[in-house]
This record gives sequence, C-alpha cells and structure tokens, in this order.
Amino acid sequence: MSLFDKYDQVAARHDRLVAAGRDPFNICMDRIVSATEAIVDGREVILVGTNNYLGLTFDQDCVDAAVAAVQREGTGTTGSRIANGTYSSHRALEQEIADFLGRRSALVFPTGYQANLGILAGLAGAKDVILLDADSHASIYDGCRLSGATLIRFRHNSPADLDKRLSRLKDKEGGKLVVVEGIYSMLGDQAPLDEFVDVKRRHGVELLVDEAHSLGVFGENGRGIAESAGVEEDVDYVVGTFSKSLGAVGGFGASDQPAFERLRYTSRPYMFTASSSPSSIATAMATLGKIKSGPHLRKQLWDNARMLYQGLTDLGFTICAETSPIVAVKMPGEAAAVFMWNALLEAGVYVNLALPPGTPDGSCLLRCSLSAAHTPQQVTKVCEVFDQCFQALRSWQAAQSAAE
Amino acid sequence: MQWTADTVQTEVVQLLEPFNPKGIELTPQTDLSADLYMDSVAAMNLVMEIEDRFEIDIPISLLPDVNCLQDLVDVVLAQLNKD
Repeated sequence: MSLFDKYDQVAARHDRLVAAGRDPFNICMDRIVSATEAIVDGREVILVGTNNYLGLTFDQDCVDAAVAAVQREGTGTTGSRIANGTYSSHRALEQEIADFLGRRSALVFPTGYQANLGILAGLAGAKDVILLDADSHASIYDGCRLSGATLIRFRHNSPADLDKRLSRLKDKEGGKLVVVEGIYSMLGDQAPLDEFVDVKRRHGVELLVDEAHSLGVFGENGRGIAESAGVEEDVDYVVGTFSKSLGAVGGFGASDQPAFERLRYTSRPYMFTASSSPSSIATAMATLGKIKSGPHLRKQLWDNARMLYQGLTDLGFTICAETSPIVAVKMPGEAAAVFMWNALLEAGVYVNLALPPGTPDGSCLLRCSLSAAHTPQQVTKVCEVFDQCFQALRSWQAAQSAAE
Repeated sequence: MQWTADTVQTEVVQLLEPFNPKGIELTPQTDLSADLYMDSVAAMNLVMEIEDRFEIDIPISLLPDVNCLQDLVDVVLAQLNKD
C-alpha cells in the first residue's frame, strides 16, 4: 500500500478534469504583461481572476519602493521574527497597519494563510471554543484545527444559527471566539456583520473578522466590511492579507486587546517561520499608502464590478451574489463549467474555475474578480467572450445529447 | 424526548436520505465516503442537520473517526449522554 493510495478518488477526478482540456489548477503565466494581462500558452489573455482588486502590482511608486528595499535591506531576512528577522521596516509596517485600522497593535505574517494560522492558533487553546462560519476559507479551518480548540460550525451568514449554538454553549467554560469573513471569496457574498455583532454582544463572546477580500475594497476609507457596516468597535480581531488589494505577499492580524502582543512569543506560526522579505514589506507599505491617499481606485474597481455584473446578467448568466468585485457565475454542472472555463481561456479570458467541495452548496462556478486596473474596453471584451463561449457550450451540449 | 439507540438510528437514516440520491439500502455499515460518495463538506453539512435534529453540537474534531452510519449514531449518542 502506498501513502498516496488515499488520493485515488481525487486523482481520478483530477485526471477527468485535465482530459477535458487544460489543468485548471496548474495554469502557468508564461509572462505577466500588466495587472490585467498575461501571456498563457503564447496567447494574450485578460486576467479576470487574480484578486488584484486595486491593480497595484505594477504601480510605479510601489515597484520603486520594492526595488529600493531590496537594494537597502537585501533579498531576504534569513530569519524568524523572534531571532534575526525583525527589521525596522517590519515594525514600521505593523505600526502603519495599526494606525490605518485604528487599532492598538498589529502583527505581520509572511502570507495571509499564515496570518489566520497564527492568529487563530495563538488566540484559542484546547479549553476554548471557536464558532466558525461554515463557508470559511481553508486557512481559517486549518488555523482553528491547529489551535486545538473545540470547533463548532454555524450555518453560513446566519446570525440566528450562531445565536442558537452559543445558547447551547452557555454553560461551557473557556473563551469563545466567533470567526467570520467580511466578504466570502467564492461567491462574493457579504457577512451581515451588524447582526453578528448583536449576537456577539448578547452572549459576551469575542469576534474575529477576516477582511482578506474586503480590505481596500469596502468602507469609506477602505478599512473593510467592519467599517462599511459601522461596527469596527465591536470587532475584537481583524485579519487581512497583502496578496489581494495590497498587491504583495503577506498578511496581518490587528487588535485593541492589550494582551495581543503576547502572540509574538506564543503563536507558533508567527514564531517559527522566516519573516517577510524586505520587498514584500516595502510593497505593502507603499500600496497601503495608495489606499489611504483616496477613494479613486476603489471607485474605479466598483465601476468595473458593476459593469461586469450588469453585462453578464444582461446576457442571461446567473450571478451568485449581489454586486461586488467578485462576480461568480453559476454553471449548471461540472462538465459545463469545465467546458466554459477552457473555452474562455482559448478565447483570451482567464477566470477561476471553482468546483465542489471547494464551493458552497456543491456549486460549479466561473469566478471572476475585477481590478481597478481593468479598462471598460476589457470588461466589454470579457462579456463578449462569455457570450461567445456560452454559444459554443450550447452547441457542444447539443452534440453530446445527439451522440447519446 | 428520550432518545434510544434505535430511535437515533432511525432519525439518522432519515437525515442521510437526501445524501443518498442512488437510493442504496442504508445499513449501520454504510460508508459515507465509499458508498455514498460524500466529500468532507457534504459530511460536515450532514452533521449540521444532525446537530439541529438532536439539538446537540458535534465538534469538527470528532469527524475524522466517523466513517459509517453506525459511527454517526455512536457520536450522536455520546453527545446526547454528555448533555
């Protein structure tokens, strides 16, 4: 028996996916042309699945800041935060994030995934309970598991279900932490944060909000869903990432809790990994400055989001949530989704193919994410290509039916 | 309501039916993954239905030990007795 035998079922499914065209989980960008364009298999492709919400990855000021940091501080830190890997730039970025969010302190991690691991595993322990939204990201599930806490799922975006489960736990000792995301990555649907805050207050528990997809995107100042919902004071912990609106690599946790700093010497994912490279830190510092400088990028992003949402809706596609920079197109099944995804790429549009079990309710999705850097012409082109590929899908389906 | 092993099993079978589109016979040995092709998310969703029906919580950490229908019944009974 091989250690890999347990993956036989998954591997068979993967083989079937690849047989239908390209490997959707192994696409290689031969060359990145801009925040919204790449060359894939020698073909020019419009990128509509990068989470590069503000399109800052090629911003000249941010590129210059990253280059200067490499020249000044080197290519890597070769050390963990608790040894030789804390530079003044790491501290400065943490202060900048804390100031931006109006929090007492912030901790920076090398990736967004590790931020959830480090914050969740740092906060909760074996005697505590974490209640997490059923549709939470894998990094939240993994962080919760690493904590050793008792894990209870509540129904997605249901404050009533959370309320019920907290009521059942009222006599249980230990800390209780509720975990939600501001906007959910697959469908782009928002958490009803004001209602969650109401439940959290009544039960006297703590609340963590992962603003990975909402930072820089929601709120008058770009602080995320907690800002747009007007409930920042009731959110005890904020987690976020640099790899979306901030156009870098890394993540952070922030809080007003005076004891939050204890995580620096208790959270293993914070302590036992090399710290972020100087270029990533400098990039995040520069892109955060862009977010703070005004709402123009957010406005452009939302204009693009509305345009794509409307365009695809007009063509008859079903979009899974209300307008947001994530536009998830629902497909009738896996075969149709895979066909469309391949056809879109052939025609020069890259979107994310999202299939169960990575999606809610067994949905098969063509997940688009907009960028402020998309031009209206690109969005129009994306809609045209969707329409053209859908016609190809119908012909293919008709041929399949005839063959059967 | 006072639950017994039999009544718990009857309820669990009922809750499992929506996850059994091929309509195979559900026995205590029916394997959720091998026989019903349930993935990890479907299994967690089933557990939510079970939690609601019995008004209990089944921590996620218990799920790796749940393979067949009988395991589900056992975990429900254990949680009921705990409360």
